[in-house]
Amino acid sequence: MDETSVSAAALGELPDELFEHDESARVDADRMTRPSLTYWSDAWRRFRENKVAMVSAALLVIIILFAIFQPMLSKYAYDDIDYFAINQGPTSKHVFGTDELGRDIFVRCWKGARVSLLIAFVVAILNGTIGILYGGISGYLGGAADNLMMRFCEIIESIPQMLWVVLLILIMKPGVFPIIIAIGATGWIGMARLFRGQVFQLKETEFVMASRTMGAGSFWIIIKHLLPNAMSPIIISMANVIPGAIFSEAFLSYIGLGVPLPTASWGVLASDGANKLLTYPYQLFFPAMLICITMLCFNLMGDGLRDALDPRMRQ
Amino acid sequence: MLKYTLKRFLSMLVTLFLVATVTFFLIHAIPGQPFEITRETPESVKAALYAKYGLDKPLLQQYFIYMKNLLHGDFGMSMKYKGQSVAGEVTSGMPVSAVIGFGGVLIGCLIGSVLGAIAALKNKGVVDYVVIVLAILGVSVPNFVFGSLIQRVFAVQLKWFPIQGWKGARYAVLPIMAASFTNIAFYARMLRTSMLDVMGQDYIYTAQSKGLTQGEIVRRHMLRNSFLPLVTSLGPMCAGVLTGNFVIEKIFNVPGIGQSMILAIQNFDYTMILGLTIIFAFISIVCYFMVDIVYGIVDPRIRVAK
Repeated sequence: MDETSVSAAALGELPDELFEHDESARVDADRMTRPSLTYWSDAWRRFRENKVAMVSAALLVIIILFAIFQPMLSKYAYDDIDYFAINQGPTSKHVFGTDELGRDIFVRCWKGARVSLLIAFVVAILNGTIGILYGGISGYLGGAADNLMMRFCEIIESIPQMLWVVLLILIMKPGVFPIIIAIGATGWIGMARLFRGQVFQLKETEFVMASRTMGAGSFWIIIKHLLPNAMSPIIISMANVIPGAIFSEAFLSYIGLGVPLPTASWGVLASDGANKLLTYPYQLFFPAMLICITMLCFNLMGDGLRDALDPRMRQ
Repeated sequence: MLKYTLKRFLSMLVTLFLVATVTFFLIHAIPGQPFEITRETPESVKAALYAKYGLDKPLLQQYFIYMKNLLHGDFGMSMKYKGQSVAGEVTSGMPVSAVIGFGGVLIGCLIGSVLGAIAALKNKGVVDYVVIVLAILGVSVPNFVFGSLIQRVFAVQLKWFPIQGWKGARYAVLPIMAASFTNIAFYARMLRTSMLDVMGQDYIYTAQSKGLTQGEIVRRHMLRNSFLPLVTSLGPMCAGVLTGNFVIEKIFNVPGIGQSMILAIQNFDYTMILGLTIIFAFISIVCYFMVDIVYGIVDPRIRVAK
């Protein structure tokens, strides 16, 4: 005879009345004591803890607010010419000084911020949309169609993007809208590649199969199931598109394909300022400073987003 | 390997052909007449100009003539400057661009790799933070801002180097410095990331358990594997080197190929833009092709996959 049966026999001598059911324990056994965290609230919590990213995000909000409201509230318009105040350095009347036509650089900087940020955001959305559609279709169809569509991407990619942009802008004539179209139409390849890769991984999963079994169409599956699951790499990559677009706009202005006069953009202001670097350095300094701060914020916030949305990527 | 190379070569030819075709029709889609002459011009002069550049022929015929010329290595003549050919512009500008480009990449790659490696090995050390800041600054400061800055400091204030132009080795210092700035940031960040990745791999533990010294592990296992992603970046990099650095060439007034392109764009010199674009595209496509081949040699898995 072994020990267990001995103790069982001993227990058997205890009368049942000595035991009672703990009702409270049974009811609460699998109740959640805290609200369950969704993926997004978890990501938001991680993002909030990242001080650098939060400061960057706050600065960006301030910059955007200034871009929206400063030109409305300023007593100068961005194209007000004042021949009695030409090329003045920063004064109390003109915080950032004036340019060669006596225009207030402070208001021009914020007017420029509007144009540059508008270009950047619309380009990011355009790139995202085209890339997701193209990559989604290509990845979902697979096989020969996928092969053909990716070959097309390779051909577009084989030329530096800026050359395509320059060609397209020459066709459409320089302006805000053509710049958006040109950068938007050529910069989506990366996004398409990324989403296609995600689709390839996700389309074999059980929940997609379940949805298909219930009769869901391809479009529904891509939009409803694949897209939300691939959202974090998409957001991260879109956050990287924005500084890139600001760069591209500045570059285009620098080679003379920027927004037409008298519109201001950061690129126009910086390239005008660069020409007067030796005589009036402050005219480059202020726009350049704004560009740098904005880029810095977008990059740091992008890194923060990456760490928050994809903790595995953190180093 | 031969089959892979052949396949890649054929697809490169197809890409070259398609790119040339698309570029040709895009340039011809630019609205307006190629010769915007403000003065009163006799019809006969206009007709003669059009005939000279073959613009009086139907578009499709122009296309075939252009493609035939391309096969013979004739990329066309400038529309604005008499007697200036696209090929001539490229042969005179390319070496200058290459000096700046290769200089920038070489210095950037060297300094960047060293910084990145140290940053990864001494994770969370001083160098690590320097590299992180540098990497962020490298992508946050536009290169024309940085270029103008060093021009002001080293040429105007300190007078160490000439402000602009291209008359000797001293003129190359500042442009190369400007070009290496983004590269340093890029390579430092890249090597740091890939090195940190490699450091966590199992074969590093194996090497440690074999009793190799830290120096030997770094040299024989970490560095070798960390440099693999660098090979992928070689393609765009080489292409960028040869197609010139538009902004830096403009700031320092260097007669490179990028400067030619900017001039052509500002003058609406259509034949020049067309020719230069196609040459730029050819250079990048050939560079990508060569990198693919190199990668196929370095990493056999890629050959099998394609």
